Amino acid sequence: MANAITIRRRRELLIGAILLAVLAVLPLPLHDVYTRNLIIITLLFAGLAQAWNILGGYCGQISLGHSLYFGIGCYVSTLMFVNGHIPPPIGMIAGGLAAAAVALLVGWPCFRLSGHYYAIATVVIQEIAYLLALNWDWIGGASGVYIPFRGESWLNLQFRTDKLPWHYVVLAFVALTWLTAWTLEGSRIGFAWRAVKDDVIAARSLGVRIFPSKMAAAGVSGFLTGVGGAIFAQYVGYIDPDSILSGPLAILIALPAVLGGVGTLWGPLIGAAVLIPLKELSSSYLGSSGSGFDLMLYGLLIMAVALLRPQGLGSLLKRGADAGAA
Amino acid sequence: MPALLEIRNLSKSFGGVAANVQISFDVAEGEILGLLGPNGAGKTSLFNSISGEVTPDSGEILLQGRRISGAGPVACAAAGIARTFQVVRSFDSMTVLENVMVGAFARIASPSAAMAEAAEVIDYCGLVAKIDAPAHGLSPAEKRRLEVARALATKPRLLLLDEMLTGLTPTEAQAGVALVRSVQARGVTVIMVEHVMEVVLPLVSRAVVLNLGRVLTIGTPAEIVRNPDVIRAYLGDRYAPA
Repeated sequence: MANAITIRRRRELLIGAILLAVLAVLPLPLHDVYTRNLIIITLLFAGLAQAWNILGGYCGQISLGHSLYFGIGCYVSTLMFVNGHIPPPIGMIAGGLAAAAVALLVGWPCFRLSGHYYAIATVVIQEIAYLLALNWDWIGGASGVYIPFRGESWLNLQFRTDKLPWHYVVLAFVALTWLTAWTLEGSRIGFAWRAVKDDVIAARSLGVRIFPSKMAAAGVSGFLTGVGGAIFAQYVGYIDPDSILSGPLAILIALPAVLGGVGTLWGPLIGAAVLIPLKELSSSYLGSSGSGFDLMLYGLLIMAVALLRPQGLGSLLKRGADAGAA
Repeated sequence: MPALLEIRNLSKSFGGVAANVQISFDVAEGEILGLLGPNGAGKTSLFNSISGEVTPDSGEILLQGRRISGAGPVACAAAGIARTFQVVRSFDSMTVLENVMVGAFARIASPSAAMAEAAEVIDYCGLVAKIDAPAHGLSPAEKRRLEVARALATKPRLLLLDEMLTGLTPTEAQAGVALVRSVQARGVTVIMVEHVMEVVLPLVSRAVVLNLGRVLTIGTPAEIVRNPDVIRAYLGDRYAPA
């Protein structure tokens, strides 16, 4: 049956495939290490924001503590690699599963809270985890963990000389998160999430099981965020609580989706494409994030979007497309 | 006709305010039952108990002999009870089709089958021109139709309509009446809460009148309009025949 929904979803898949092809060849003419690094970080955060979007956007449960799941993915994969010599592709999945488990554990009490109370609870839990990690010597404490170089290979997920393999690793991650969002958006659970977000009372009167729906969103979102964390850890080769478990990182995971449009397929990608280069440029001109300028930038961007375009930057493109079709 | 729904001695109070007191009545399979009464009589509160949104303090509700009171809204939906809301609760980030698909997913797991079912119900409810329109842009009458469509998509046995005709123009209300009749013709039992007596009474086979949380009377429309207690509850003592 060809109706608006089916046509829209086919078109999204087509645009996604074209975008994937473009992004696959994008770094080939750009040999500059700085540029390649910038693209890799942007793609990584596009994937993380899409992971956040599944819980915060589609299901409407605003988490401001997603660095917790990111950090768990980092720690699990890294410690398995460093102490157990287990290859990161396996550690990545283990890290994702551990993050999903913790996301469910957090959801169990916290999904009984609604609206702002849930968001506040996620901040508090992330801060507790951050303080625990700072003081837990077995996982490196405040000084962190260095990941030893064990030879250039896909199995070790270590590439010393070239950034190009990393580009394809994060591109695969973005494709995974996007395809997950696309698939779930069209399925029964995706409709349940959007119903929960719009009106809980109407949703349950139609038989939508609210709590299990939220838990499913938390599990998927936590898993993907943990996988992203594991990739990040292996990419930078060093992890410590400030770089992987902090409050500002939690904001940075959520912000691209908010900026680009929550609960939309393209919002996280558009938001990351705008925000991450802006953040990287500002920190290279004004010194690293220690100066706090990046936090001011986030605040200004949130204010600007909330005032001028609450549906996110993605809605500007949509309006253009609608006008073009008319 | 056998009773589809039985309400037995149901009481519910909210912080000392008795919303429903010792309410008992049956709803026959296939009928349209009116639930009438002045503001604050406890009509919506009773709906909330039947749909599982609230748990009664005492008494019970049986659907086809099975106890559903206190089972929660999801279990009540699964048992075949669907409802609309007095203050419209459409999913405003979704289109009409997507709204109704949420209802269809109550019985159908496959997205394409749910979509086909939803499209059929939308057609039946006369919303086909708006099928891809965002729900937030609908007129009040269309939003009420959308709620009916969404509820029907769950394939209910019992449909609870909470002031579906209130606030509509006479033409829209007549169209609403026609929709309710055709829902009944499909074999769905209907309970409707309404203020507008002259619209409801021709439609229903029987009506339950509530006043101050209690059942004032139960009867056919002709009996209801002649009942002195009903006249007193609505218009005051002065208008009641001695």
